[in-house]
Amino acid sequence: MLRPIINWFSQLAIAARFGLSTIPERKGASAAAAFGIGGVVAVFLGTLSIGQGFRQALAIAGTPDTAIVMRGGADTEMVSFLSGEHARLIADAPGIRRTDEGAWVSSELFVIISLPKRPKFTDANVPLRGVQQAAFRIRDNIRIVAGRRFEPGRNEVIAGVGAAREFAGLELDSELRVGRNTWKVVGLFSADGGLPESEIWTDAVVLQEAYQRGNSYQSVIARLESPEAFDEFAAALAADPRLNVKVIRQTDFYFEQSRVVYNLVTGLGSIIAGLMGVGAVFGALNTMYSSVSGRTREIATLRALGFRGGPVAASVMLESMFLALAGGGMGGLLAYFAFDGFRAATMNWQSFSQVTFSFAVSPALMLKGLIYAIGIGFLGGLLPAIRAARMPVAAGLREP
Amino acid sequence: MKYAPLVLSNLRRKRLRTALTLLSITVAFILFGYLAAIRVGLGAGVQVAGADRLFVRHRVSIAQPLPISYLDRIKRVPGVRAAIHQSWFGGIYQEAKNFFPQMAVDPEPFLEMYPEFILPEEQKLAWLRTRNGAIVGRSTANRFGFKVGDHIPLQATIWRRQDGGVMWDFEIVGIYDGADRGTDTSQFFFWYEYLEEGRAFGKGLVGWYVVKVDNPEQAAEVAKLIDDEFLNSSDEVKAETERAFISGWVNQIGDIGLIMRAILTAVFFTILLVAGNTIAQSVRERTQELGVLKALGFTNRQVLFLVFAESCMLSCLGGFLGLGIALLLISAGDPTGGALPVFYVPARDIVYGACISVGLGLVTGFFPALRAMRLEIAESLRQA
Repeated sequence: MLRPIINWFSQLAIAARFGLSTIPERKGASAAAAFGIGGVVAVFLGTLSIGQGFRQALAIAGTPDTAIVMRGGADTEMVSFLSGEHARLIADAPGIRRTDEGAWVSSELFVIISLPKRPKFTDANVPLRGVQQAAFRIRDNIRIVAGRRFEPGRNEVIAGVGAAREFAGLELDSELRVGRNTWKVVGLFSADGGLPESEIWTDAVVLQEAYQRGNSYQSVIARLESPEAFDEFAAALAADPRLNVKVIRQTDFYFEQSRVVYNLVTGLGSIIAGLMGVGAVFGALNTMYSSVSGRTREIATLRALGFRGGPVAASVMLESMFLALAGGGMGGLLAYFAFDGFRAATMNWQSFSQVTFSFAVSPALMLKGLIYAIGIGFLGGLLPAIRAARMPVAAGLREP
Repeated sequence: MKYAPLVLSNLRRKRLRTALTLLSITVAFILFGYLAAIRVGLGAGVQVAGADRLFVRHRVSIAQPLPISYLDRIKRVPGVRAAIHQSWFGGIYQEAKNFFPQMAVDPEPFLEMYPEFILPEEQKLAWLRTRNGAIVGRSTANRFGFKVGDHIPLQATIWRRQDGGVMWDFEIVGIYDGADRGTDTSQFFFWYEYLEEGRAFGKGLVGWYVVKVDNPEQAAEVAKLIDDEFLNSSDEVKAETERAFISGWVNQIGDIGLIMRAILTAVFFTILLVAGNTIAQSVRERTQELGVLKALGFTNRQVLFLVFAESCMLSCLGGFLGLGIALLLISAGDPTGGALPVFYVPARDIVYGACISVGLGLVTGFFPALRAMRLEIAESLRQA
């Protein structure tokens, strides 16, 4: 029972070693195929890393135990409106984390201002957020990396490091003129690469005055006792007849916010990678067919010696997949070194403002790339393998 | 032409390889088509129709509204021929993912400002007398199957109604086409007065102004005059040409467009390299036969021509096939489900593509052809 299986594999091992060891003799064609597949994988990962990085920047910003409250019907903070009275009601709701420092809740304003975007210095929409002091507790990955925090009530801002990098005029100690107001940049902050790094922060009260908003806000951000407390919190707000608000978990909110850009990039990226994959399959087919036809006599000899069709075909597949794996590995590394961490800023269509982020070639993405490469190798090797298995022995032996 | 059978039989001799090479060239040119369409879609190639139009927005940001009283003041600025206002509505049609831009305008001056939106006369008249009437561009109409006479409910994200509701009803009274393929026909326009009367707050505010100048060459000067007109008011403005505004927009989308294009270009040439290598290889393998041809009395030039004919035939066939398929696929719509306002291959890029496919044939054929021409008969016949 076991014997035929062992036999099959030992035949495969011999045939495969034979095939692989002769790759150097066909190095031109083999390199072209591997190179082609490597290119496909590099591009596949490169485009997907844009969408991945964008989504990651927003994902890092969200935690499941944080809720964001906006006016009912509003899908972004930009279009939301909450009166001071409503904001107070929301801050009193059950489920919010409360410590000695007070409730972990921040009523916020969100506006966009035009700043020159590097390198062309054309105007771009940069988010300016007015926050209360609890905002620093709620978003606990905020770190001041230069200068200090703004002081409540003063015309001071702090800028995210992403914003400071991409837009002109946010250097430490520089003056930021918005309408008839002038703010001083007193600090720069990081947020583990997350969304807040794209923003400029100031005191909510200062922003209310500057924008003549009276005592009104656009959103309330609350850190809850636990992720499970969300339901209680949301139910309490829904049950309050004085409020008409939408409560959404911060992670869901940011996931939704990244949808358009993510779909755009991955949609285009998948089409490109799909087409290229087809091209690479042709390349691999070409290589493997010439590999098989170049070894016609050797394969026929193996068959004459009693090797069966299966192991011979499998050895051709192995060779093809080996080339694909080598190419895919190269492509993956290339993509990693070329794209991972590449910093960029783009328009988030949904919030109508700029988001700075880094391309991310994650291990999961690399694995996807390798699987894709092996798939190409598999398809490229299949038909040539069948041809090798079906080759008439006598005719093959006569080949020059 | 009499060599055509010879060229064809050379191509036929390893049919599989010929077919595979042909297909990979085809794929490369399909990619090329997408490259061109993506560039247009992301705005880099947008040909702005109105060089005489200025875009006037709040200096702080485009999201800050401006008072409607600015309209008359802008019209009085020297060099201004006409001015209109637009306001962003931002409504949701059924679901958030069905996004298309909706703008409140004054219909008559609006249509005069944008001659590139082509609306049948009777639909225009219908719009002028229908208070909740709206016109929609062809691409959005096709996307959702809107027809004249349909009632479209939009859920407001910003403009709550006076009665507290958020649903606004619009009647489609017209569907406009673009004057050329580069015209964005994804937008939906309706009466500003309908919005103004119905909304609960924000009365007397508009989103931005669009200005037509008398002389496009003085656009920059007029923009400066408009900026100065509102200097030191509570709502300062920034006026710039429509072209500058769009190029700023492209810069906002930023590196992503650039990178996708760079990647596609790299891929395109990689595929061509691999295909070219195959063509060259197939000629190399036939060294002996070329020697035979020469022995039969073919001149050096004829051999050169034969090799070139073969490589060019392959690349042109693949190239044209690829461009054709790309045109077909791209005309079926963009792959992102409406995120790109326009998606088509400009005529210029089709010509480029055709030139590249001929160029590919010449380049890949060059070294093999040169070698074939210089081949010594005796030498080549020995190479068995």
